[in-house]
Amino acid sequence: MSETLKVPTMAQMMAEGKTPEVLFWVGCAGSFDDRAKKITKAFVKLLNNAGVDFAVLGTEESCTGDPAKRAGNEFLFQMQAMTNIEVMNAYEIKKVVTACPHCFNTIKNEYPGLGGNYEVMHHTQFLKSLLNEGRLTVNGGTYKGKKITFHDPCYLGRANAIYEAPRDLLKKLEVELVEMKRCKSRGLCCGAGGAQMFKEPEPGTKDINIERTEEALETKPEIIAAGCPFCNTMMTDGVKNAEKEDSVQVMDVAEMIANAQDL
Amino acid sequence: MEYLPNILFVIALVLGIGYFTLNIRKVIRNIKLGREVDYGDHNKERWGNMARIAMGQSKMVVRPVAGLLHFVVYIGFVVINIEVLEIIIDGIFGTHRIFAFLGGLYDFLIGTFEILALLVLVGVIVFWIRRNVQRIKRFMSPEMKGWPKNDANIILYFEVVLMVLFLTMNAADLNLQQLGAAHYTAAGSYPVSSFIAPLFEGMSESSLILLERTAWWLHIIGILIFLNYLYFSKHLHILLAFPNTFYGKVTPKGQFANLEAVTNEVKLMMDPNADPFAAPDPGAEEETPAKFGASDVMDLSRTQLLNAYTCTECGRCTSECPANQTGKKLSPRKIMMDTRDRLQEVGKNIDKNGSFQEDGKQLLGDYITHEEIWACTTCNACVEACPVSIDPLSIIMDMRQYLVMEQSAASNELNGAMTNIENNGAPWPYNQMDRLNWVNE
Repeated sequence: MSETLKVPTMAQMMAEGKTPEVLFWVGCAGSFDDRAKKITKAFVKLLNNAGVDFAVLGTEESCTGDPAKRAGNEFLFQMQAMTNIEVMNAYEIKKVVTACPHCFNTIKNEYPGLGGNYEVMHHTQFLKSLLNEGRLTVNGGTYKGKKITFHDPCYLGRANAIYEAPRDLLKKLEVELVEMKRCKSRGLCCGAGGAQMFKEPEPGTKDINIERTEEALETKPEIIAAGCPFCNTMMTDGVKNAEKEDSVQVMDVAEMIANAQDL
Repeated sequence: MEYLPNILFVIALVLGIGYFTLNIRKVIRNIKLGREVDYGDHNKERWGNMARIAMGQSKMVVRPVAGLLHFVVYIGFVVINIEVLEIIIDGIFGTHRIFAFLGGLYDFLIGTFEILALLVLVGVIVFWIRRNVQRIKRFMSPEMKGWPKNDANIILYFEVVLMVLFLTMNAADLNLQQLGAAHYTAAGSYPVSSFIAPLFEGMSESSLILLERTAWWLHIIGILIFLNYLYFSKHLHILLAFPNTFYGKVTPKGQFANLEAVTNEVKLMMDPNADPFAAPDPGAEEETPAKFGASDVMDLSRTQLLNAYTCTECGRCTSECPANQTGKKLSPRKIMMDTRDRLQEVGKNIDKNGSFQEDGKQLLGDYITHEEIWACTTCNACVEACPVSIDPLSIIMDMRQYLVMEQSAASNELNGAMTNIENNGAPWPYNQMDRLNWVNE
């Protein structure tokens, strides 16, 4: 963990007259949330290790507007979107990768109508393509044979029909992948989407993240794998609620791959 | 007097189909109260969706038991309607089993109808048990109390009665054929009603004719009543599932439409050359719409209103909804039921007054509460679950837009997050200049 991360910004790249292969869209959670920052770093280590020519926007990045749009504030969403699109278009960005399914969905599906056309990939898809190109090797290591369940993020799964990329990576880690009762297109939400992350839930009998975590724990996993910083937070809280934090970890697929390689 | 039955039949047919047409025209008029939508150029995909989802029942079988039973009833309904064609021709022209000349094919058809009728009967009985004995959870939600529950049962009773009449008619006919009664030429095969026929053995020819005629008349009148019941029930899906799957969403589920009116305004704000005081171009496009989002049915799109009429209240959406499963008030099915109820209310208002007169009510608030709207996680489980491509989430989102953009009625927490996004580009109060700090932490 000692090596320094190489994280060039688009501004630096441009000053050097270079255009990177891909823009890594870090997202608000990935930039500011303590837990999500670890995912960001793990992903960067993988990018560095695979020699991927990437850059970030750094201080020029701003919220995609997803929570604003889903909370009903279309005006704020479009302000954010157009500002971001102006920045990205100025850097002539063609390809974007992000570890947040909400950013992924918004940039991929909602930016084109506002003038932002990019090839957008979720980090699990991107890692899978690196694997296919032989730029990344994934092997079991510490995770070999461990019982692991994958929680489908709504904005990756149902919203964009991506179910296999994260599972393919987990299989490469030689884990024992166990599915929850509700998985893939019928996967249960973690409770954070639609701007719920930023408000208290309405009155009910249970919190959604507790319901989902209980279902995950029924598979008796050693690790609950996730592909979204918000799902990660919700499931981590759920595991703590069940007082299982000593025996069950919640980890992003990218973190697991980085750990398996001892990065 | 010889033609009295024919005349009565034609009158029944004209009344039955006429009244139904009248009501369907109301449905179409009401749907057209919604906003027109440009549904884009995806015709091939749309026809494919209709063929796969509506005709092929692809989403029904996600739940195998209900899916299989529904498939039987669906096929039965479609195929047995060929028999209705014969009944109508016979009724108008006073003939009896006009298609009998088809010979072997006729035997095959009648035999198929009978087997399907029996299967439909079994299916419908199991459906009744699931609702009334097994009391499956999704049929017991609060929004299913009262009329919706009765409505569902009435439809099942209708189907039982129609199938029993059909088989009784055939059984009496079979007896008459065996007696060699005039007009009752031997035709058709009766794999099911031949087991009912012995019940009527020993009856006189005239009583058998009375029985056969009564069953025949009640069957066709029952069909006409059922046809007209559709409009008053949740059962319009048998017709509307087809257009509804055609007009269903073809873009990724996560893609929510961008409001064009907002785009124009934001572009203007961001254009350094724009003159905010410029007079609008004469003859330029119409002014911005009076309203963002939706608070009543007229603000919704035609597709959303078609969705509401198509919903058959199966509750698969609600049973997959994370908010509903954890005890929140939100039920996507209720969103659709409320939308239809309000639309019907608006329709009746128009019937009465010629045009809509303000009634002091609206969909949001009087039917759907704010609490329901805010409980949604936008996870798309309801959209995924719907067997006929209904999108309750889009209505929820339109109502949130109304609440936030027209009423500034978001909670303090959400307002806080939105203020943060506006001021520092993240939903949390961190400085945008610190966005890259993680690299060195």
